[in-house]
Amino acid sequence: MSVNTLMQLVLVLPLCLVPLILLLRNHPNLREGASILFGVLQFALVWQIFGHFENGESLTLTWFTIFPGLPVAFEVEPLGLIFALVASSLWPLTTLYAIGYMRSHNEQNQTRFYTFFAIAIFAVMGIAFAQNLMTLFIFYEVLTLSTFPLVTHAGTENAKKGGRIYLGILLTTSILFFLLAVIGTWVTAGTLDFKLNGIFASDSSNSTLGILLALFIFGIGKAAIMPFHKWLPSAMVAPTPVSSLLHAVAVVKAGVFTVIKVCVYTFGIERLGELPSTEFLAYLAGFTILASSIIALRQNNLKARLAYSTVSQLGYVTMGALLATPLGIIGSSMHITMHAFSKITLFFCAGAIMVAAHKKDVDQMQGLGKQMPLTFIAFAIASLGIIGLPPAGGTWSKWFLLMGTVESEYWILMVVLMLSSLLSIAYLLTIPLRAFFPKEKPQEELTLPAGKIDLAPTASLVALTLTAIACIFLFWYADAIYHLASKLV
Amino acid sequence: MENWLMETFLWNNQQLPVLQIVVPLLAAPLCLLINHRWYNWLFTLAVSSFSFFVAALLLLQVSQEGAEPISYYLGGWLPPYGIEIRIDQLNAFVLMLITAMSTVVLLSAHTSLENKIEIAPDKNTYLYVAYLLCLAGLVGILLTGDAFNLFVFLEVSSLATYTLIALGRDRRALWATFQYLVMGTIGATFILIGIGLLYMKTGTLNMADLAQRLPELSESRTIFVAFCFFIVGVCLKIALFPLHFWLPNAYAYAPTVVTAFLAASATKVALYIVIRFVFFVFGVEFSFTIIPLEKVFVILGTLGIIIASLVAIKQQNIKRMLAYSSVAQIGYMVLGVSLSTAAGLMAGLLHLFNHALMKGALFLALGSILYRIGGVTLRHMQGVGKTMPFTMAAFLVGGLSIIGVPLTVGFVSKWYLLQAMLAEGWYVVSIIILIGSLLSVIYIWKIVEVAYFKPALPNNANVKESPLSLLIPIWILVAANIYFGIDTRLPVALTEQISIQLFQGVAIP
Repeated sequence: MSVNTLMQLVLVLPLCLVPLILLLRNHPNLREGASILFGVLQFALVWQIFGHFENGESLTLTWFTIFPGLPVAFEVEPLGLIFALVASSLWPLTTLYAIGYMRSHNEQNQTRFYTFFAIAIFAVMGIAFAQNLMTLFIFYEVLTLSTFPLVTHAGTENAKKGGRIYLGILLTTSILFFLLAVIGTWVTAGTLDFKLNGIFASDSSNSTLGILLALFIFGIGKAAIMPFHKWLPSAMVAPTPVSSLLHAVAVVKAGVFTVIKVCVYTFGIERLGELPSTEFLAYLAGFTILASSIIALRQNNLKARLAYSTVSQLGYVTMGALLATPLGIIGSSMHITMHAFSKITLFFCAGAIMVAAHKKDVDQMQGLGKQMPLTFIAFAIASLGIIGLPPAGGTWSKWFLLMGTVESEYWILMVVLMLSSLLSIAYLLTIPLRAFFPKEKPQEELTLPAGKIDLAPTASLVALTLTAIACIFLFWYADAIYHLASKLV
Repeated sequence: MENWLMETFLWNNQQLPVLQIVVPLLAAPLCLLINHRWYNWLFTLAVSSFSFFVAALLLLQVSQEGAEPISYYLGGWLPPYGIEIRIDQLNAFVLMLITAMSTVVLLSAHTSLENKIEIAPDKNTYLYVAYLLCLAGLVGILLTGDAFNLFVFLEVSSLATYTLIALGRDRRALWATFQYLVMGTIGATFILIGIGLLYMKTGTLNMADLAQRLPELSESRTIFVAFCFFIVGVCLKIALFPLHFWLPNAYAYAPTVVTAFLAASATKVALYIVIRFVFFVFGVEFSFTIIPLEKVFVILGTLGIIIASLVAIKQQNIKRMLAYSSVAQIGYMVLGVSLSTAAGLMAGLLHLFNHALMKGALFLALGSILYRIGGVTLRHMQGVGKTMPFTMAAFLVGGLSIIGVPLTVGFVSKWYLLQAMLAEGWYVVSIIILIGSLLSVIYIWKIVEVAYFKPALPNNANVKESPLSLLIPIWILVAANIYFGIDTRLPVALTEQISIQLFQGVAIP
């Protein structure tokens, strides 16, 4: 297969799935089978691209030109490759999980669900491989719009309200700030291409660029920097598979991915360090990390707690990028992967607990470990990943981020990182601990049917076990990601 | 093949420009003679398609490398004594736009007018007559090179428009017509006073002559007053805030076909008059340095965007909501003009083109909903997403285009407008434009939520999708919204050339 076809396929494969899903809408088994098959294919394709990229080939593709000099074009580079690998490997797993979840939960409109899911993945691929800011912006908006029906899936008043906040914040930030920043960059630099070390001429004024940077950071609402983080907890009204893939991986990672991309490829690390607004924004990210950790601690609803934990972890990535040091960038890029696997596992577990034991609140989960041992073990492993303790992959990314703060001498941020890790022990690790070693007797005993070791639906159980294993796997094989990330600096 | 066609038929035909006006003008009374629903529709459609075809040929002709503007002397009388028809890229471009829109809108007219809620069954003929007269008037305004003649055609189109609006079945249509009649007449009088003063001072009515003689007189108080009268009069016609009060009622109560046609053409032609006079007749020098047009347009444009969008959010009747949205969108075009740079003018012209596509699609979709459901208030829209999926999908795309989502024409307009603004350092205005587009998210999404999340009203639960005769024209426009959002070459190249011409060779960065 030629490289060009490969690129085309990687981008349009999720779209090709859409008519297939619609065609098979009356055959749920075939419909989901096709979804998984395409997911696996998608990963295989991205893997192929990875192989070509490792051989030093340049992979580019141009679709069409909207404005003179501004095509919708794609190019493979290390950061996008990391993001695409993560998203495409988790897509089939999430589909697998969704089969168990959606059926046990008797969800309506499953065809619509799988359709928009595929479109969202298409948008993610576009974002990951975008060659210029405009292409990225287009797919960013497609992602926002295509996930709206997923967030409001339940169709209830509550879902509608959540959807309104979701769309409201994401569109407001992207239209008001992001678009302005993109056009501002175009007017200032005369190009929107992503180039290592940035695109701005050395004589463009630092204050203009500082304003642009602030517009970018606030405009990329998907990165959930405070005060524009509210959409993420609101999006938790969605079914859990959506929360896990989109609001722990695809959408939020698209946000922080864009932040890193803009920092590295639009401003360039060196220039970034000189801008007047960088320091303030880094501290703002630090504030987000700490504040949302504290909020997470106070949430009783498990999904809400995980959502605030995500906000906090996204802050890590944004902060790492804004440190404007090689170690910070590497740490941030690695954290995209590490956090993705850990957080998706946590969400898988939360969903499994919800459908199997019908429990949403943390204080009701005491003593549940006996009935759902595998689920809670996976939960514990993933928590370690978020906290950044061995033997989970999160250790490495947190290590690099910490080194980044030391290297750039942001001592306050270093303390923030450590404090937040402590806080995350408190709000995450206590859950499996209390599940296995309850403080008080649970009010109702659930009985485990004979021959089963875990209450969770089997398909879901397989998925969450796999992602938990991946968390540990990443601890031993973080090298590959480090290798890719180090090409950025 | 194409060349052969052009050469044999029309290419070298010197009479093309005048045919453009004469054909619809003569066709109008013929409609009265035909007086048959079906034939009338076919005939009107044929006339409109012919106009579009000729407009396309004219545009091709003036867009060739080094082509001079086409000059045609009516009755062989030489200007400045006789009337000159003068076609350059600017009016050929707008001409093609409105004839195309008129044709697409007409495609749906036959089915749409079956609806007894829209128009009394025995009034169909009058609608076609007035429609053709209105088209003739608008085309006349675009083509003529004579200021007084422009006024005459403006009156032709205005009178026809009053009739068209009054044909609406809703009794409030009469009141809306009366309102528009009063406002329109005031506007026309102002325009006439302006033209009269110009004639008094320069002794000519020919626009090209005026453009030559005016610079010498730029110090004159009379010219100053003439300019003010003229611009205020035309701004009434484009419904620039705060002179827009006639528009929401007129749009809301006219038959939907008429609304779609007017939204896509009448205000666009009025804006053409502004551009023609500000940039060509009076000249940029005079308009923007001697007269503070920039400040006036910026203030009114931004106020219009914000206030009209806020009012739109409050509306229950969706036709009125879209009408207010039109007032806001006119603000964008005027802002583009107010920049007084080639890039700004280009953005304004581009939005003129794009907005016609969006509003045409939206109003036609509303017509389709009205056809099946019998009303277009928010309540009527409940559950439409389920019962009429294709119509609602079209409405959604049109709405996204208004918001300015990428891959629709709305994004293209916004991109160029913001680019032109930022290049001049107008940061505050840029932010106001973006806030306007956020406000449009609110009013569009209100409809989307109701249509997709609320269950249909009991008596509308079994409504079927509209017939193809309505869906096809809607989807032609929706496809155009997406196509020109992706392949922007045609409108961008044209508007760029036009702006460069009007600014005499200032290249757009």
